[in-house]
Amino acid sequence: MRDGMKNFESIFAAYMLGWGVLFLYQLSVGKRLRDAENEIQRLKEEKKKA
Amino acid sequence: MRSPFLLPVAGLALVGAAAYAIFFVAPEEATMGAIQRIFYFHIASGWTAGVAFLLAFAANIAYLAGRAPKWDWLGVASVEVGLAFCTVVLITGPIWAKPVWGIWWTWDARLTSTLVLWLLYVSYLALRSLVEDPRRRAVACAVFGVFAFLDVPLVYFSIRIWRTQHPQPVIAGGEGSGLDPVMWQVTVLTMAALMGVMALLVWQRYRLEALRQQTAELALP
Repeated sequence: MRDGMKNFESIFAAYMLGWGVLFLYQLSVGKRLRDAENEIQRLKEEKKKA
Repeated sequence: MRSPFLLPVAGLALVGAAAYAIFFVAPEEATMGAIQRIFYFHIASGWTAGVAFLLAFAANIAYLAGRAPKWDWLGVASVEVGLAFCTVVLITGPIWAKPVWGIWWTWDARLTSTLVLWLLYVSYLALRSLVEDPRRRAVACAVFGVFAFLDVPLVYFSIRIWRTQHPQPVIAGGEGSGLDPVMWQVTVLTMAALMGVMALLVWQRYRLEALRQQTAELALP
């Protein structure tokens, strides 16, 4: 029973941490994409004003 | 007009199917028990990282051949995503190893060459941040990327050439190796799911480089 619980903890940790890495990476790319799109919008508006 | 959510939803569905198969379809392994279920995530991440690095390698060669910026963008996109999956390999492996081997890590050929691979591609990204001129940066990274990729076949063959603490190959491992047919199907499904995730991430990261190029052009007086 104890081994079973330990195994469950290891399985849980592996999947949570592994998917956590991928999820954090996705968040990072998403944020950088939004920042780039906002910057493009800002530059386009500046060019329009000029 | 195709919905922008179609591919991500399809990707999530495939991941969900793989997760169901891993925990409810795959039989329990006879010697290791339930802990063996980490194998599906670990091995699929390893293959996905390898494919991403292969894509980066092809992009690096294409850039050096023609100097079209799109190959540099694909190169960095594939390296970043490959590095994310390689990180998953280096996390899930030790978590499996501790209850099975009693140790988190050992300096055998497979583990060491995988860590070297991770460090090489971290260095690729570090190099990228150090060179300011876009063309020089692209050339430097493409050359570095070609050499970094040389570690990928070394990682793959390490458990075939040397006796290692790491388990011997179960895929294309020769006589006596192999997986239970259901386990094999679950492994292939998990690989397909993670390759789908990889493709989506590479596509987004590639778009980011294209947008950065657009920003640079707009910023010109």
